[in-house]
Amino acid sequence: MNFSYTPEQEAVKGMMEEFVAKEVTPYAAQWDKEEKFPWDTVRKMGELGIFGTALPEAYGGSGLDAICHAIVAEELGKGCSSLRGIYSVQISLVAKTIAAFGTEEQKQKYLPGLAAGTLFGCFGLTEPNSGSDAASMLSTAVEDGDSYILNGNKMWITNAGIADVAVIYAKTDKNAGPKGITAFLVDRGLPGFSTKDIHGKLGLKASNTAEIIMDNVRVPKTNVLGSVGKGFAIAMSTLDNGRYTVAAGCVGSAQAALDYAKKYAKERNQFGKPIAAHQLVQQLIADMAVDIECGRLLVYKAGHMKNLGQKSTKEVCMAKYYCSEMVNRVAYKAVQVFGGYGFSDEYPVERIFRDARINTLYEGTSQIQQLIIGNFELGMSAFV
Amino acid sequence: MEIIVCIKQVPDTTEVKIDPEKGTLIRDGVPSIVNPFDEYAVEAALRLKAEKGGKVTVITMGPPQAVEALRKCIAMGADEAVLVSDRAFAGSDTWSTSYTLAKAISSLGKFDLILCGKQAIDGDTAQVGPGIAEHLKISQITYVQKVFGIQDNTVAAERGVESGYELIESPLPVLMTIDKSCCVPRLPSMMGTVKALKKEIKTLTVNDINLEPGLFGMEGSPTRVKRTFTPQPRKGGRMITGEMHEALDELVKTLRDEKIV
Repeated sequence: MNFSYTPEQEAVKGMMEEFVAKEVTPYAAQWDKEEKFPWDTVRKMGELGIFGTALPEAYGGSGLDAICHAIVAEELGKGCSSLRGIYSVQISLVAKTIAAFGTEEQKQKYLPGLAAGTLFGCFGLTEPNSGSDAASMLSTAVEDGDSYILNGNKMWITNAGIADVAVIYAKTDKNAGPKGITAFLVDRGLPGFSTKDIHGKLGLKASNTAEIIMDNVRVPKTNVLGSVGKGFAIAMSTLDNGRYTVAAGCVGSAQAALDYAKKYAKERNQFGKPIAAHQLVQQLIADMAVDIECGRLLVYKAGHMKNLGQKSTKEVCMAKYYCSEMVNRVAYKAVQVFGGYGFSDEYPVERIFRDARINTLYEGTSQIQQLIIGNFELGMSAFV
Repeated sequence: MEIIVCIKQVPDTTEVKIDPEKGTLIRDGVPSIVNPFDEYAVEAALRLKAEKGGKVTVITMGPPQAVEALRKCIAMGADEAVLVSDRAFAGSDTWSTSYTLAKAISSLGKFDLILCGKQAIDGDTAQVGPGIAEHLKISQITYVQKVFGIQDNTVAAERGVESGYELIESPLPVLMTIDKSCCVPRLPSMMGTVKALKKEIKTLTVNDINLEPGLFGMEGSPTRVKRTFTPQPRKGGRMITGEMHEALDELVKTLRDEKIV
């Protein structure tokens, strides 16, 4: 057993720390306040090859391992959860899905652009009336000559408003349940495809969240991702990747909250000494530190298994479940350390607190993670 | 175009504290970085290379761990890196450092341009760059704020001086020390970071460079540091509070009493 980073992982961490310190952290509060998609920074991420970290070299990536992938998400999470979300969707939910299930032609068409940040992607599974019960989706794809005609709406889709390509899940066979779902690569610009930005979010204000509306969108059969009827399996495999970077991002955000809280606790004086010297504040700090370390180890364990090519669905669910709850606990305590000041946007813990909330909801709620873990432990599915 | 960039690994001074008793820097646990001014020199070199083609070689004199600073420059886009490292160089002052680096640069072959940061943030002398130029007997342009470019084997640059700026042209080869307003250093890319890890870095020891005995290391350093100390921090001033007119009267009285006015 080895808990050390490899020289490569160490170098990626150093590079990302510098990028986030110079290009992300100083601007995150402003992006949040203005609900501004950080285009300049996102483009820089593309130019610097950050999006391509864990994509194959043959398609413009750096071909780095799963731990490096987690480190990128973790470091982005330290600076801005919105940006981490943009990365997660672009790479974990879209690029890695195309890399795993796409045809050679599809890989050539999309992966280099996704790696370079000149092309953006989104992942359309959730619908207005279909969340945890993804197989109950209403979107349809009807075969018509050399195409499929897609109809339906997708809801709460990160990056949808800015994406050039959407991985869309739709029913090719309404009577086959999960086995009647197929994945498609749908290019923006196809007639009948439109998006509508969603505003008024509690957090992740700098990331784009939108609804996708498909009104008789004609998608060529060459844009089927994987094979017909395999969409649900692709979605679940994709979420395995997505949840992994969500968990890593939570570790980063929580670490940032702890770092801010420690600094503040040493500067703020009450009862004649820094509040850091008060036992109950130390208790908060200690609990945060332990909680973060547990989360980080779960993420790296899952990443280690990915590097070994082992199936890690359960471990990823454990990491995502733990870390998404953990970042909420940690952000809560960080606000507590800051007292009244933590309730104000004068300090970044307020934003971290708001941004933390989504993590137990998207890419499978905590309850869904519990059911998956329970199924692994008990060998009994609680899903209907 | 063969461009040499001299860099230095320095402690991150934002994290350095001074031992109040010994008067020395407490370096334990302090991260090392590339001297920030040198990153501007690397950036200027990469831009000139983009314009004129050629090769950028970074060179540093320091302990074996200075290789990390060289790798950072490779990650930014430099082509080659050379570490000048030997116990025999320990204790070098700016004179013998610039002598050693000049000789090391000569041993690498032909060069057109040498770029340095305008100074290092630890020693703050700004002497090594000019020293290298003197030892190599080439022209130098210090405190460069802007490089206009190279034409007909001549470089044109803007040099900052206290009263304004000077426009200078010089035939190559020339040494320039680069100031912050020259450009914004790029961040290392992911691919560059990975490439830098695998890059073989050439090391030059005392035996690889044609140095005259007695002119390098402690022995070749005429500078003697007799003592270093930390200036006493300034004590907080006295606040005069109360109604404005009363406070002003008090201020004037104090200034008179102290014989300041």
